[in-house]
Amino acid sequence: MLNVGKIEEGFVLDHIEAGKSLEIYHLLQLDKLDCTVAIIKNARSDKQGRKDILKVECDIDMLNLDVLGFIDHKITVNVIKDGEIVDKLNLKLPAEIKNVVKCKNPRCITSIEQELPHIFVLADKEKEIYRCKYCEEKYNRK
Amino acid sequence: MRHLMSPLDFSTEELDKLFDLANDIEQNPSKYAHICDGKKLATCFYEPSTRTRLSFESAMLNLGGSVIGFSDAGSSSAAKGESVSDTIRVISCFADICAMRHPKEGAPMVAAEKSNIPVINAGDGGHQHPTQTLTDLLTIRSLKGRLDNFTIGLCGDLKFGRTVHSLIGALERYDNIHFIFISPNELRVPDYITDTLTEKGISFEECIRLEDVMGRLDLLYMTRVQKERFFNEEDYVRLKDFYILDKPKMALAKEDMLVLHPLPRVNEISVEVDDDPRAAYFKQVQYGVYVRMALILTLLELV
Repeated sequence: MLNVGKIEEGFVLDHIEAGKSLEIYHLLQLDKLDCTVAIIKNARSDKQGRKDILKVECDIDMLNLDVLGFIDHKITVNVIKDGEIVDKLNLKLPAEIKNVVKCKNPRCITSIEQELPHIFVLADKEKEIYRCKYCEEKYNRK
Repeated sequence: MRHLMSPLDFSTEELDKLFDLANDIEQNPSKYAHICDGKKLATCFYEPSTRTRLSFESAMLNLGGSVIGFSDAGSSSAAKGESVSDTIRVISCFADICAMRHPKEGAPMVAAEKSNIPVINAGDGGHQHPTQTLTDLLTIRSLKGRLDNFTIGLCGDLKFGRTVHSLIGALERYDNIHFIFISPNELRVPDYITDTLTEKGISFEECIRLEDVMGRLDLLYMTRVQKERFFNEEDYVRLKDFYILDKPKMALAKEDMLVLHPLPRVNEISVEVDDDPRAAYFKQVQYGVYVRMALILTLLELV
């Protein structure tokens, strides 16, 4: 069994769907942060069978939780300070996300006007459907 | 300041007021002949659309205003690479209201975000064409006297036709509408639309042959079946004649059924139907001018 040590300050993102941790790593732009990150894939989980875990040692203001809520609001976010869990955050589906994912509709105005932000709006909370603010193209999570 | 991006931007109560105004314009054109004196409409058409552009221009001229603009991207600053955001900021200094058509979806919304004047979406790619839907609704309300309690048949290309999707979305808000979708399997109305109707408990049915349902329709909304939508020639040849509306098919219809079409028509409505009193597609064009006049007045807050 692989052991990854505790972190002093930062986040532990638990219950990530197995295989999704790298995608989340990139969407949170962790590759651009100068901090220690542990990516644990396919850990055993009583609830999920298999899960991924991300441990990020960083200042707790550095993560954009809106993005995380958009990616998967079922992820458990443990906030760590002085090596202990000080808070567990509930993620919500954000009403709007900006410049996280790009609209893939080639007919969308964002495809030709480079300076425009890529904004997706929560169109259906029940079905967790996001649509491009401009062309209303559905964002396909898969 | 308000803009018009989608037909759903207006509540049904606001639409009633808009249509009342359009009907008053129809009855008393002279009352409105100078209401826009000194006002300018900019028609910013990044792709050609003679019909819609002329309807907007005619609407503004009928109100006493004047018109500036361009009718294709090649004759505008877009050819030099100017963004929609910059263009609308400039146009805002020249005109009081803008009607914009753009091949890219969402372009009029980008304009509205940066504009100091009301922006009307005059068609953005395959996305929205709200003034066509307002035209359709005004035509139905004016000629039928209501926007509820009827059976409407939508016929032809129901898969790609944005006017059809938009009209369904707008009519969903009224009581007791029964939709009959008449199309070949290849051009069926998309699942997301039928799923929404099911969720909302709105009744609909789908069929292939127009003749099978003709006698039950209060309204028939025709669209063009385009050859290029088919995967093979054989299917097209097999199905195309189902959707040519002619006198024998009209003989099956109710005496007060109305035929609508967003135009341009190619051959899906035989010219022999044009003289039938139930053919309302040219009246629809006239209502398009009235509804655009009412829209300009409403957005300019002149009424």
